[in-house]
Amino acid sequence: MFVRFFLPRSILEPSSVFRIGPPSDYALGVDTKWQQQYRIWVTKTSDRLFVIYARCTHLGCTPDWKASENKFKCPCHGSGYDSEGINFEGPAPRPMDRAKVTLDAEGQVLVDTGKLFEWPKGEVGHFNDPDAYIPL
Amino acid sequence: MASENPDPKETKQLTTGEDSQKGMLERVREGTSALKERAIEEAKEYKDPQDTQLWKSIFRVSHDRSDPRNRSLAVLSNVFLHLHPAKINRDAVRYPFTWGMGGITFYLFIVLTFTGVLLMFYYHPTKVDAFRDILYLEHDVPFGKLLRNMHRWAAHLMVITTWLHMFRVVLTGSYKRPREFNWCVGVVLLVLTLLLSFTGYLLPDDQLGFWAVTVGTNMARATPMLGHEGPFGPQLGLTAYNDVRFGLLGGSIVDSNALLRSYIWHCIGIPLVASIFMAVHFWRIRKDGGISGPAPVVLESEMKTVAKKK
Repeated sequence: MFVRFFLPRSILEPSSVFRIGPPSDYALGVDTKWQQQYRIWVTKTSDRLFVIYARCTHLGCTPDWKASENKFKCPCHGSGYDSEGINFEGPAPRPMDRAKVTLDAEGQVLVDTGKLFEWPKGEVGHFNDPDAYIPL
Repeated sequence: MASENPDPKETKQLTTGEDSQKGMLERVREGTSALKERAIEEAKEYKDPQDTQLWKSIFRVSHDRSDPRNRSLAVLSNVFLHLHPAKINRDAVRYPFTWGMGGITFYLFIVLTFTGVLLMFYYHPTKVDAFRDILYLEHDVPFGKLLRNMHRWAAHLMVITTWLHMFRVVLTGSYKRPREFNWCVGVVLLVLTLLLSFTGYLLPDDQLGFWAVTVGTNMARATPMLGHEGPFGPQLGLTAYNDVRFGLLGGSIVDSNALLRSYIWHCIGIPLVASIFMAVHFWRIRKDGGISGPAPVVLESEMKTVAKKK
């Protein structure tokens, strides 16, 4: 009972499902315009669009996008990720997670950060699963 | 109203108030001399202050330095002095033996409690106000900057002195029998000190504290059996919304609930528990043979008799 008291039934946190406009809004590369509001980055490559959840896989800080160095750098302990969120330096154990993306009826990208796709070290990655990206 | 007063002196003074100045001066002189005589008589009736009932109700034992038993009683019958032992071994208080670290740690706890309560007068544990209140304390509150820095440095020092105290106890072998229990109480106090330090970290609600607590509570995700990313966590049905981290933060992110919880643990919960453990810690020091030096042999024999009875 004492433990239950400390686990609130409802919490007032931002919704994990939101829309970010059609894929054509985004240019090739990393877009940081939703970082402040939704804690995501939108990355577009030649064949797909996906959403990186902006949480360092080491201990959960928000990395910074360093456009001049073409990488994400975590200010807490120095993990580095490339423009697709793949770790290449520092203590991060795996690439940054990607959020579920689908296209709604209007053709807008619908993001759900409640469902994340991981690529754990030494295991099968889920980045090519359905809904992990939008093919272009 | 004055004319109805039954006191004849009072009436006389009022009715003859417009007499010549000479007569008035004499009357004043008479009055003061009578007052003086009465005061002397009353003073004669007074006892030595230490013989009054009032004094004795507060101090039961007189302070007589010539009698060792009396000196002990004076210490034992005083709420503040009784916290100290009536007698100690001269060698036990030598600084090379104790470094004074336990005492300094407790002193810092007192400083932190005092400055902390003062800080509470200006601090609101809400997302809107918290950091603003810190700036307000720094720039506008009289002595606010001094107050905040006292709290900050005393907190840093308390963590350091706790470790040094522990190091001294290891060096002098004071964790050994019969002080094993008190060592364990001390370890709990160390953990509580670190938790006080950690919960205080978030309260300024600045970037440093926010990310430090983000990192710290993300470690709780990986707690075995209790965290949703730890061993056996997923098998036990834990998610980000029902594990130990959720309970600590009051949510899945470091937000207003986390700030409030941090504040309550920092200001009420942990200090209360720590105070109880401190009382036990200090009491056991005396029961286990004083602040340093070898433990009394008599305790050893008492333990044997307890064992025999079984």
